[in-house]
Amino acid sequence: MKAITVAAISALLSPLSHGADDASGERLYTMYCTQCHGMHGNGLGVNSSRMSVQPRSHIEREEMMARSDEELFKVIQQGGKSIDKSNLMPAWGDNLSEEEISALVAHLRQLCCKESGNE
Amino acid sequence: MQAKCLPTLVALCLSAIAGYSHGAPADKVAELCGSCHALERPDYETQGREERFSRKAPPLYFAGNKYRREWLAGFLQEPYPLHPSGYFPERKLRDTPEGDMPDENALAAHLQLSESDAAEVADYLMSLQPYAELITQDSYSEGKVALRMGTLDFRKFKGCDACHQDSTDNGGFSGPILYDAWNRLQPHYISAFLKNPLQWDPNTIMPVPQMNEQAVHKLVDYLKAIGETE
Ligand code: HEC
Ligand code: HEC
Repeated sequence: MKAITVAAISALLSPLSHGADDASGERLYTMYCTQCHGMHGNGLGVNSSRMSVQPRSHIEREEMMARSDEELFKVIQQGGKSIDKSNLMPAWGDNLSEEEISALVAHLRQLCCKESGNE
Repeated sequence: MQAKCLPTLVALCLSAIAGYSHGAPADKVAELCGSCHALERPDYETQGREERFSRKAPPLYFAGNKYRREWLAGFLQEPYPLHPSGYFPERKLRDTPEGDMPDENALAAHLQLSESDAAEVADYLMSLQPYAELITQDSYSEGKVALRMGTLDFRKFKGCDACHQDSTDNGGFSGPILYDAWNRLQPHYISAFLKNPLQWDPNTIMPVPQMNEQAVHKLVDYLKAIGETE
């Protein structure tokens, strides 16, 4: 009984007591990416209607499968220019740790290519 | 808070809150503003990214290093929306077939103060200067930029208008409007923030610009130029 209580309490506390690197990919996506890529990841974020280049849809399987994890990591860290795409995709390498960027790449794979995350 | 609010007396109640008359400024500001705005530095180290998800409004604990006092006193008397789609995570969006659209009608009206209360609150907030060093270390000095070049730089070369409006009819909705930035913000704050926004807010959702100092100063000059032609 005591052990269960302790486990339950530490489970409740864990999101707050962990450091920055422990936010999940989905959480990070909501915080940083949805402003342009949209709450559904379809590229239709709140900024998109006024942008000269449309943000990538992350739910298009074909398009996303054409990119390696390394490329996705690079474009998040160093921006669109680093892979000859639009500079409207900023470099997030100073905002986000490498662990966080990896978590985002994993979330992109979930969005594009796992049944539950696809539309 | 001593004011008790009956639904029918909301207007009276608001004026009772806004018309406080006693107590130390720090306590009043804590009471009036502290439920939404951070008045002390959040414990970023412990809370990590979750801190951002707990915010209701922009932090004010470094207000004295950020705002122009006259703007602050004016805003508190006549507030207007700064984040056209709300302040993350309290984003106000319509989910449409064309995508996420800003929902201006869902933005809550900001608390409004009388002239004398606004002056008192502004004076207190201007005394909050934990980052004075970032301001004094900043080397920006006012310069001129041709409007045409500045516009091209802000929009096309630096891509700032993905998130920010530099005029009412151009620019995105997730960041604060910037056509009023020169009148609202201290020039050294704009410059220091652009050099490293993380020093001000490790959980900012603005990407750290990859620019040298000269490029930063050119953008500040552009905000000055559009602010002065408003
Ligand atoms: C009910 C919550 C709430 C309360 C109470 C409140 N504010 Fe705000 N405030 C907000 C929100 C939300 C915003 C962002 C609005 C926007 O972007 O247009 C904001 C914006 C501001 C800004 C501009 C922030 C920026 O973007 O730089 C200032 C300054 C400010 N408030 C001061 C105050 C002061 C001073 C008080 C107390 C007298 C106060 N607020 C009370 C919610 C609140
Ligand atoms: C991906 C969106 C995005 C891009 C691109 C972007 N910003 Fe921001 N910016 C923001 C957001 C959002 C904030 C408000 C801070 C927050 O919510 O974390 C902000 C804050 C600011 C501020 C401080 C204003 C205030 O009220 O505190 C300035 C100045 C600014 N940005 C200028 C720029 C400039 C100049 C560029 C281009 C180099 C730029 N931004 C690019 C999203 C962006």
